[in-house]
Amino acid sequence: MESHVEMTLYEHTVIARPDLSAQQAQALADSFTEVVKAQGGEVSKVEYWGLRNLAYRIKKNRKGHYLHLNIKAEPAAIAELERTQRIHEDVLRYLTVKVDTFDEGPSQVMQAKASRDERGRRDRFDIRG
Amino acid sequence: MSIDSDIPAPGGDEDRGERRPRMAEPPNITIRRPFFRRRKSSPFAHADAPKIDYKDVKLLQRFVSERGKIVPRRITAVTAKEQRALATAIKRARELALLPYVAG
Repeated sequence: MESHVEMTLYEHTVIARPDLSAQQAQALADSFTEVVKAQGGEVSKVEYWGLRNLAYRIKKNRKGHYLHLNIKAEPAAIAELERTQRIHEDVLRYLTVKVDTFDEGPSQVMQAKASRDERGRRDRFDIRG
Repeated sequence: MSIDSDIPAPGGDEDRGERRPRMAEPPNITIRRPFFRRRKSSPFAHADAPKIDYKDVKLLQRFVSERGKIVPRRITAVTAKEQRALATAIKRARELALLPYVAG
């Protein structure tokens, strides 16, 4: 069933319920990857941003697990993905953004997190030493 | 009038000294244009400037007021094109609860 419909690049971010474990959140990402694959798309990168504080409450939650996927798929696959997420009870919110190119390497959120972790480690070391 | 006109002469003429204004000398006038400001250049102008990205919370926070409002470009000195990109990026970040709609 090789179709020649144009594949588009999407960045897709999901906020999942905070009472999931990190493993469950990542399992959620896998299940979404399956949805995309079933529709003939591909997921080139999955980032788990961790349990982050929300800037405001969403469905009475102050925190959420952030998942970020780079997807190359047809529009129909994205429609199906968003449909499953609207039904899914663990998903608080999602955002799909069409992009021209994927950024190389870790996204800004991951970079910020890495530098914060690095600083934290150094501080702790300083206290010890 | 003599040079020491605003300094009351010592002794005898206290009445005259009271009536005379104390700060008679005009302030030093330096020539300066009152509303001159140096033209600021856009923070995205140089080559290794960061790309405007809805995921880059730290960057976007610089273009948002304490209240969470988007700062006008007459203050931030970004170009019109960049301001449009910033506005959409900030709105996307708000949707993902990375930035607040209203803060404080």
